[in-house]
Amino acid sequence: MSGRPRVGLFVTCLVDLVRPQVGFAAVKLLEQAGCEAIVPDAQTCCGQPAWNSGADKHATAIARQVVDAFEGFDYVVVPSGSCAGTIKLHYPEVLKDDSAYLPRARALAAKTHELTAFLTDVRGMTSVRAKCAGRACYHDSCSSLREMGTRDQPRRLLHSVQGLSLSELTDREVCCGFGGLFSVKYPDISERMADDKIADVVATGAELLLGGDLGCLLHLAGRMEREGKPVRVRHVAEVLADMADEPALGEAEK
Amino acid sequence: MTFDPRSFPEAAHEALSNPSLKGVLSRLKTHFALGRAIALSRYGDFEALREVGRAIRDRAIANLDTLLETFETSVTARGGHVHWARDAAEAREVIVGILREAGARTVTKGKSMVAEEIALNPCLEASGMIPVETDLGEYIIQLRKEPPSHLIAPAFHLHKEQVAETFREKHTTLDPARTLDERQALVAEARTMLRASFEAADAGITGANFLSAAEGAAVIVTNEGNGDLTRLLPRTHIVVTGIEKVVADLDEVAVLLRLLTRSATGQEISSYVSVMSGPREREADEGPTAFHVVLVDNGRSKLIGTEAQEVLRCIRCAACLNHCPIYGAVGGHAYGATYSGPIGAALNPGLLGVGIAHHHPNASTFCGRCAEICPVKIPLPKIMRHWRAKEYAEGLAPKASVMGLGLWAFAAKRPALYRVGTRIAARMLKALAGKRGTVRAFPLMQGWFAVRDFPAPKGRTFQELWRNR
Repeated sequence: MSGRPRVGLFVTCLVDLVRPQVGFAAVKLLEQAGCEAIVPDAQTCCGQPAWNSGADKHATAIARQVVDAFEGFDYVVVPSGSCAGTIKLHYPEVLKDDSAYLPRARALAAKTHELTAFLTDVRGMTSVRAKCAGRACYHDSCSSLREMGTRDQPRRLLHSVQGLSLSELTDREVCCGFGGLFSVKYPDISERMADDKIADVVATGAELLLGGDLGCLLHLAGRMEREGKPVRVRHVAEVLADMADEPALGEAEK
Repeated sequence: MTFDPRSFPEAAHEALSNPSLKGVLSRLKTHFALGRAIALSRYGDFEALREVGRAIRDRAIANLDTLLETFETSVTARGGHVHWARDAAEAREVIVGILREAGARTVTKGKSMVAEEIALNPCLEASGMIPVETDLGEYIIQLRKEPPSHLIAPAFHLHKEQVAETFREKHTTLDPARTLDERQALVAEARTMLRASFEAADAGITGANFLSAAEGAAVIVTNEGNGDLTRLLPRTHIVVTGIEKVVADLDEVAVLLRLLTRSATGQEISSYVSVMSGPREREADEGPTAFHVVLVDNGRSKLIGTEAQEVLRCIRCAACLNHCPIYGAVGGHAYGATYSGPIGAALNPGLLGVGIAHHHPNASTFCGRCAEICPVKIPLPKIMRHWRAKEYAEGLAPKASVMGLGLWAFAAKRPALYRVGTRIAARMLKALAGKRGTVRAFPLMQGWFAVRDFPAPKGRTFQELWRNR
């Protein structure tokens, strides 16, 4: 036995489809934190869209699949507070009537972590070897903040990034209006919430918006592109892993 | 404007396009949320208090039947009368019956959301009576023939200039030369008009913030004193309220009051707390000679034993509205129902039916702020999700979204198939974006592209890049 904890990386469906760089950044950070990162093949999505839509049967089937694929690891790490929250807080609800899977879901929940919280709280990481010049601000996703208790962890790590100055939003506890399928079902309410958040971002003078949840970031970046706002948007892992070299979200290839 | 929960998207759209409303709603933060935060910071261990409050309310709901019977016995022992109403129609019938027997014509009213819920005023008017709202906010919206837009601030959707306009239009005795620029002037004008109604009133109707079973008392909190004038001056006083408002005794009420006023307005205590426990005992005393309590079920009891039961804990402080980004964007009227915001989203499908109020629990990002600040810890998003599941299970969810979810879930349950699908999607979306960094339009997910671009994928999924690394 190598002594290194074996970490199952739940990469999330959005990172898989839209932003592979975040997955590689997560692997790099996990390795820097002394872990062995493993990416199981049998992962698709955590099932949150089904659960939040009330499609319980679909959510149950997907939850069982994730339990099967990930229960063998020492830890499960997710570069998203939202998907981590689904596994940690909601799987025991999703599988509450399944006596075979419920204890397994609870065991999985107990070892599931959001990426930046895992690096700092579990692995004791206090700084990263990364450079990124500019003024940034950090957007807390609601599930990171309220479900996973991730708040200071990403900021502590970001403070160690060379050249980066971090400012705070005025209303950092207010939702950006993504909300998964909410953004599609009620676009104009979502738009208002995005615009309020973007105004808050712009007011900080930041040229870079970072966050731990790709859902919020795609929504905000997509809205800022539509509105011609010059703020770049990245997942926090890209910066922490010193891999912020690709064009930002929604930015054209150079 | 149509006032119908089924028109929520259209009403929300209209509200979002109303610049005046936007200005008003921006005051939720400074007017309410900040006050609450300051009050909590001064209190000490508010978290522990929340837990005590939650336990009181849960005990009350668990023992609702016996508490209500105790309440009835206590009220009757003090010479009052308790009436039971299964639904809104029964409640209206009971109230009109009491008022007819009392020969009432002018009926003053304190603020009551249950009276709004059972649509009492139109019924009183149709019965030849004159209901007069005496809470300033309620009085303003009664003049404007509008429903309340907020649980505790019914006219919150209005600027003071709009209130002045309303008074000029409706108060025929108002001297056009008089200035109504200041809030105090508006209050004084309303007070002048209301004074006559208080004197003329044959009966007064109030709601109740709490019912105390042991003492047979109804308790209301107000800041204007109108509640006391409404209940004390007329010969007949009717309390109309929901069955879930009962708790064991006034000690429990005292705990809930600490939670309520801090969460609602940021006050340590409201200007008035009125404990109403029956008719006057001797003819020489002040107060009504007849005291009635109308207990309204109207869909509440059928929530007991369901996943939505915890919604009955609610003490109607409106903190969830004040902290909700959806309510903060569209205001209360867009909901088209008496109860708006997160509590409306959790309660309305139970009271009105999922088919009628389905938009309310769906119009949430599940950001969780409401549950975080609720003084009695109602898990509001969990209850909203329960209604979504009911909507889905009963086949009431929109066909397109059920089909879309079904297709997506079919693939998500088959990782190998899913990987093929995402490879195709990553390539297609990149091709659609071309040299741009985003996709501007797409035949599916029109809601997304209506207001924003979609940042383009890189053309390869993480899974395939990882395998080929």
